[in-house]
Formats: sequence, C-alpha cells, structure tokens
Amino acid sequence: MLIRRIKTAIPYALLTVITAPIIVSYGWLFMSSFAKRTEGLKPYGFTLSNWRFLWEPLPNMPSIWRITANTLAFALVVTILEVGIAAATGYALSRLHFPGRRGFLSLTLILHAFPSVTLLIAIFYILRLLHLYDTLLGVILVKASLELPLGTWIMKGFFDNVSWDIEMAALIDGCSRFRTWWQVIIPNIRPGIAALSIFAFLSGWSEFLLPYIFLTSFNNWTLSVLIKRLIGDFRFVDYGLLTAVGLFYIIPVLFFFIFTQEYLLNIYTGGVKG
Amino acid sequence: MATEAAIYKAVPRPSLWERIRTSSAPWVFMAPATVMIFLFFFLPVVLTIYISMTNMSVATFGKVVFIGLQNYIRMLKSRWTVKILTNTGFYVLTTLSCFNVGLALILSLLTTHINERVGTLFRTLWLLPRITPSVIYALLWIWVTADAPYGIVNQFLSPFGIEPRNWMNAQPWLVVIMANGFVGASFGMIIFTSAIKSIPEDYIRAAMVDGASTLQRIRYVILPMIRWPILFVLTYQTLSLLTSFEYILLLTDGGPGFYRTEVWALHAYHRALSNYFGNVQFGYGAALAAVLVVIGIIASILYLRVFRFNELVAEPKIEAL
Repeated sequence: MLIRRIKTAIPYALLTVITAPIIVSYGWLFMSSFAKRTEGLKPYGFTLSNWRFLWEPLPNMPSIWRITANTLAFALVVTILEVGIAAATGYALSRLHFPGRRGFLSLTLILHAFPSVTLLIAIFYILRLLHLYDTLLGVILVKASLELPLGTWIMKGFFDNVSWDIEMAALIDGCSRFRTWWQVIIPNIRPGIAALSIFAFLSGWSEFLLPYIFLTSFNNWTLSVLIKRLIGDFRFVDYGLLTAVGLFYIIPVLFFFIFTQEYLLNIYTGGVKG
Repeated sequence: MATEAAIYKAVPRPSLWERIRTSSAPWVFMAPATVMIFLFFFLPVVLTIYISMTNMSVATFGKVVFIGLQNYIRMLKSRWTVKILTNTGFYVLTTLSCFNVGLALILSLLTTHINERVGTLFRTLWLLPRITPSVIYALLWIWVTADAPYGIVNQFLSPFGIEPRNWMNAQPWLVVIMANGFVGASFGMIIFTSAIKSIPEDYIRAAMVDGASTLQRIRYVILPMIRWPILFVLTYQTLSLLTSFEYILLLTDGGPGFYRTEVWALHAYHRALSNYFGNVQFGYGAALAAVLVVIGIIASILYLRVFRFNELVAEPKIEAL
C-alpha cells in the first residue's frame, strides 16, 4: 500500500521540482517590488518606494506615462490592423474563388513557417526609404505585417467552420459580399475574433526587438525598450525599482493569461518563438 | 426556349456597377494583405540578397557599389566564421535535444500521467515563460544568476560548498541554453500532450494486461505512436532556434568576452544593426542574414510539403454564386 502511494506521488514530486524555478522566480518578482532590499529569496523591509516611478520621473529617462501610452497605442493599432486585415483576407481565402487563391494560400503557409527575424536588416532599409524609421507608425506596420500570415491562417480556420447556408441565404436575399461578410459572417465568429485580438494585443504589448531596433528617440520608446535600458543602467544595483517597473509592464499580460488561457492555448502553439 | 427567355426577362440584369462590385470583391478583400506582405516579406527577401552584394555601410550610404560575391568570400575567409558556426550548432543541438524535445516529452508524459486538473495546472505554469515579455524574462534570469548576495543560484548552492559567482559570466552557455529551453519546452509540450491524449485507450490497456511496466508502455506504445509530432517539433524548432536571437541578445549579447555565445543570427544583427562595432556594415550583415533567409525559405517549403500541405490548401467545397 505504502509503495503504491509512493509510486503515485513520484510524478507529482518530479513535476514540482522541475517547475520550481518558474514558481520561485515569479514569486520573487512580486516580492522584490515591495521590498527595500532582497538577498536571494530573503526580503528586507517592506516599502512602496520602488513604485515611485509612477509619480516621479526616472533619472535620465522619459516619463513612464508617455512610454506606457506609446506601448498601448502600439499594441492597440497593431491589433486593429492585424485582426481587420486578417479577417478580410481569411474570408476571401475561405469563401471566394479567384485566380491566385491557391498560390496566396500556399504563400501564407510558407510565410507562417518562415523566420521573419532574418529580414530585419532589409526592413530597416525599407523603413528608411519610406521615411518611417524611428516612427511608431513604421514599427506598427512592420509588426502587423509580420503577424499577418499567422492571423490570416487562423481567421481562415474560423471562417471555414461557419455554415455556408447562412451566407447563401444572405446572398440570395440580395446582400452584397461586403455586407454579408460584415453583418452576417463576422458576428458568427466573434469568439475567434476575440481570441485573435487578445493574442495580437499581448504580442504587440510584449514586442521587444522591433521597437528596440527601429525606434531610437527617447519619446518613441515602448516599455520593453525602456526596461532594456534600465537593465543596462541599473544592472546589479536597484532590483527593487526594476522589478516594480517590470511588474507594472506585465500586469496586462498576467491578467489576460489568468482569465483567457484556454482561448489562447491553441494560438500560442502557432507562434515561432524558439 | 420561350420560357427560358421569359425567366431572363423576369430577373433584372444586374447593373454595370453591381457587376463590378461583385467581381471586384476578392481583390478588395485581398488588397491590404497583399500590399503589406509585398512590402515587409517579399521586398525584404529580394533586398537582403541585393544588399548582401553591395558594400553598403554607414560610410558608403550615399555611394553604394555593387561588389558581387565579395561579402560571401569575406565570410568564408573570416577567422570568426568557424567559431560562430560551432557556437550555432552547439546551441541549436543542445537546446533542441535537452529542452525543446527532451524536457517537452518529460513534461507531457508526466502531466498526462497524473490527475487531469493538476496536469493542466502544471502545463499552464510552463506557458508562463512563453508569454512573459522577453525583457522581463531575461531580467529574471539575470537576477537568478546574479553575484553573491543577490542571486538565488548562489544562495541555493552555497550550503554545498560551491563558491558564489556570477553564473551568467561563469557559465554563459548553460544559462543561455536553459533560458531558451524553458521557453521552447512549452511548444513541444502542448503538441505532444494532444498527441498522447489522442492515443486510443485500448493500446495502453492491452499493454497493461500484458504486464508492461510504465517505462515499457512509454517506450513501446506511446513513443512510436507520437513519432510524427516529434518529427514536426524537431524540424520546426530547429528553424526557429537557428534564426532567433532575441533572448541571447538580452542575456549575454554574444559575450562575455569575444563571441563566447555569439550565434549566426545574432552576428548578422551585430554587424548590420548594432553600433558597438563602430562601423555598421549592412552589406556584410545582409550576407550573413541571406544565408539564414535561404535556409528559412527551403526549410519552410520542405516542411509544408512533408506535413500534408496539399490537404490544407484544398479548394473550398462550395464555390457557387
């Protein structure tokens, strides 16, 4: 009996041990942001002064609220562009017959697998050509485009699952393609649109490489770039401040993660992170 | 005949405007995506190849000269190329085998073996590194491996008599591979889990009736039945590990010292887009990137051919109207 008990406990114990680093480091992130000083996992003294960046500016850094507004604008506009365009493209690929459809669909799939980070050097050149280098708009366009193949593919999947009868009924009643798409089909895939929107928003909110490479002016930075600069400045010095800014940054991520994970699980497997 | 003509008259012919609107629908739906994909996928591929054959750099931005394959020859001759190739191979193979496939398999086997709800909880926890913004994730690793009074690794190891040190500098590869692996493991974990769950219960029961131990069931029933998902994860993750450099940039930036953890993709970035080397060489950087672009194109086409690509792009079943 005892041996059986131990045997059933083994997988739980193993999982706990290999998952411990994740639990411990996130626990530290919370703890350290409210501690005067930490040594390893030992906090010394409770304080709110790590959060002072919310009301007074960081030394030699732009205002946190300006950067937060940038990040929010970046994430929101990327979401609207990505979801809107992917919904149009996904619908056409799912329902319309036109020359080049097969080719475009293959292209979408190939690009979905293609590692777009290899193109950054050429994209830098294109942004300079278009006078969009060091502008939020430029980075937004790049981000939305690079996410488009994945978004289109996911959207096409949602459209494929909508019954053709509804659409047929609308078209026979004299509805145009656009009205059918907008008023009849889109309402049917609302959950899909919500899932892709959350994914796009989080992906935009967390983006680091594109803003880091293509935004040079202080005032255009996003939160990820600001934190990267802070790590450079404060390395091994002010962990309390760093973790407070970090926590401030990941609040929306954790919020969506806790409340919508089943939604997102499937889409995350489609990403191309190492 | 007469009736048919009557029907034609009864149904009003759509106006010219109507007909244009109907036939143009696909183009309007497709236009934005086409423009964006042209600008930020197609054009960059062509440009990468073109820039790689020029001497473009900060110094020569105004007067770019076409120099053919000279950048590639320089790349072959460079004494760093071998070092960086070895680094890249080591990094990709170790991360892939230990974490993206190895740990992913362990996690999916363990979490499907135990109580369903607890298993889901553990899998959710393992998704955290993947959704955490990369800067924060890197910050956590920088802290975990930090010098004596701060770092948690030192705190845990000091009772065992191990000298405290900055692990990021002492063992950069270990940290880089583990940090990437903790993110990479969740991809395989999710795919393997759904594959394991779809194995018919009968096979497992039959093996149990025959007296197979847990390890034997894994070895002779589960692993053979999920070999396609394993191959998929293997090929897909090889490509993404080969080309991604975000976490290495944040953790060690290729150091410490000279090119200790510099991989191919990071090297291309350093040469073309980072100012630390003084003279930013777009041409040479683009040549390095072009190698990855070509590998990426070949790999993604191949991978779609192998994994039943044709079924995915089948024509829609109903294309009337």
